[in-house]
Amino acid sequence: MQDFEIKPYPELWHELDMDVERFDKARQMLGGAYSKIFLSQNNRPQAMAYFDEMIAEIFGGRIKELVQAKKEGRPVVGTFCVYIPEEIVLAADGICVGLCGGSPGSIPDAEKILPRNICPMVKSAFGFKAGRICPYFQAVDFVYGETTCDAKKKTWEILDRLVPTYVMEIPQMKKERDRALWIEEVKDFKAKIEEISGKTISPEQLAAATKVINGKRRALQRLTKLRAANPAPISGKDALLIEQIAFYDEPVRFAAKVNELCDELEVRVAKSEGAFPKSALRVMVSGTPMALPNWKIHNLVESAGAVIVNEESCIGTRYFKDLIAEGTEDLDQQLAALTDRYMRIDCSCFTPNDERVTQVLKEYKDSAAQGIIHYSLQFCHTYNIEEIKIREACQQEGIPYLSIESDYSPDDVGQLQTRIEAFLEQVEG
Amino acid sequence: MNIGIDLGSRALKMAVFEGDELVECRMVESGFNPHQQAEELFKSFPPCRIMATGYGRHLAHKNFANGVITEIKAHALGARYFFPEAMTILDVGGQDSKVITLNREGKVVNFQMNDKCAAGTGRFLEIMAASLGFTLAEFGPIALSSGHEAPINSMCTVFAESEVISLKNHGVPAADIARALHLAVVSRLAGMIRRQEANAALVFTGGVARNPAIISLLQEHLGSEVLVPSLPEHAGAIGAALHAQMSST
Ligand code: SF4
Ligand code: SF4
Repeated sequence: MQDFEIKPYPELWHELDMDVERFDKARQMLGGAYSKIFLSQNNRPQAMAYFDEMIAEIFGGRIKELVQAKKEGRPVVGTFCVYIPEEIVLAADGICVGLCGGSPGSIPDAEKILPRNICPMVKSAFGFKAGRICPYFQAVDFVYGETTCDAKKKTWEILDRLVPTYVMEIPQMKKERDRALWIEEVKDFKAKIEEISGKTISPEQLAAATKVINGKRRALQRLTKLRAANPAPISGKDALLIEQIAFYDEPVRFAAKVNELCDELEVRVAKSEGAFPKSALRVMVSGTPMALPNWKIHNLVESAGAVIVNEESCIGTRYFKDLIAEGTEDLDQQLAALTDRYMRIDCSCFTPNDERVTQVLKEYKDSAAQGIIHYSLQFCHTYNIEEIKIREACQQEGIPYLSIESDYSPDDVGQLQTRIEAFLEQVEG
Repeated sequence: MNIGIDLGSRALKMAVFEGDELVECRMVESGFNPHQQAEELFKSFPPCRIMATGYGRHLAHKNFANGVITEIKAHALGARYFFPEAMTILDVGGQDSKVITLNREGKVVNFQMNDKCAAGTGRFLEIMAASLGFTLAEFGPIALSSGHEAPINSMCTVFAESEVISLKNHGVPAADIARALHLAVVSRLAGMIRRQEANAALVFTGGVARNPAIISLLQEHLGSEVLVPSLPEHAGAIGAALHAQMSST
């Protein structure tokens, strides 16, 4: 555990026009944090070794694959939202990487340009590009943004100056005419990917890509189900890490590795073995995405002895709870099925969005949690306001509930620790 | 015998119980080495179960305490010790303030803590008292003596301080400024209390509950009675000691 290191690849970083010196410091810090937060855990499943390796190689191994793909003329697309249909990129033999930022380190770079009082995830991501301190951002050919929240929507215009940025229009409601617009947007997205890759996507290719991404979703669904066991067979931190890696790993390999892990967890569950004792309090987190390396809430909760058993979040179930209906080789029908699946994502940017309240309660029951922590990034208006409805639903159902609004800075850690511990005392009764 | 220690940001408090009877309360400033200070506090007592709470609880646990509870639970237990029917508790200490709601059985059902900001805490009052040249003990009574408040716009400690200086330079009576500053704190606290739909009588704990102007303005603001324990600053330590007792059986 002591000799864990995130491997340096200075030449590769040079090639990607990065600020190598500065980035190398960030690499060391991240490696230290990872050892402390992850490798110090007890009773970790053996199959976590692959994901540890993914982190050790986060700034090299996977980056080489991206660079190689580019050399082969395959498009590498950066995205910021689970509404961007990654199967279309895959169908054109391209690679999709999630670029959401979860680190405070790049925020000062962003605040030189962007306003301070916007979502830390947007600032962190933007800062990675502005400071040239993220190899993924450096490796992508272009970014495909979307019109979800205002912070992102308007940041695309500025980001476009640093990297070509296209925008997919995502409606704000889910009426029939919104669906019609959505399908048109999906077609435009496909056309753009075809234009850039110089390839035409055939129905067979789209069917194959859909199958791959559905396979990734199924593997993550399987993992989520296993977490419902008591004792929990895997820590919330490890599960969150896997959900984060899902956004940049090669999907076929990733799904196979998650399934391998699940095989191991099944044995654990059968033997009633856990990452935490059976008596550990079980908490579910619901809310905004927790992008790599944002492990703040999970770390606080699990350091206090409780275990997180579910993330109702974009880096969590919202990413994989719905599958695309397969079985047709007609392109229009495929795109319609794809759109219908994406329309089921219950992001708070939509109004109304009562499906999410129902979904939170469902996941609470399915995961056998004993309390819910609502987590909203600072200045995320839609989640912060929707929090009211989640809170009311929890009150009505008698579910212990805590709402946290936080950013990436360490300033509030002391206070959050007290609030989380007090919440756990409350759950304990 | 059971001991509760509250390691707060500004002061350390200790409560000692002999069975059901509170036999001793002590308080010292936190200083640089709070856990050593705390060990001084209980050194003269025979070894017994010690429960820690407050900001420094984990440090205490590492060094001497048998267990920890949060300030939230400690104040809930402490408030119930003085007022067995307590349902809503306001605790205002040196560096934070909280509102806690209990159910009939005394279990915490909801709580809020004020965020990352001195406004609405003892620290704010302390700094403002100093900038007007009063001790903390004088500050409340002075504010009470005025029937009229000076206009103060900012609740931020830094800006409020410069407003205070400029009002002083304009010859506004110190008592009026003091009243305005107390009102500013009270309206913050009342806002927190309202968010929690508190309807039963409020129990007010923490060092700031010694301030008569805060109590009186708060009663006015809420239009209801505010109950203050005889030892408000010790409520947390008392709660911790009671928990030590409960958890030992
Ligand atoms: S929270 Fe909404 S806007 Fe953000 S990634 Fe998720 S779906 Fe997209
Ligand atoms: S967390 Fe909220 S504010 Fe931040 S990018 Fe997502 S939707 Fe926008």
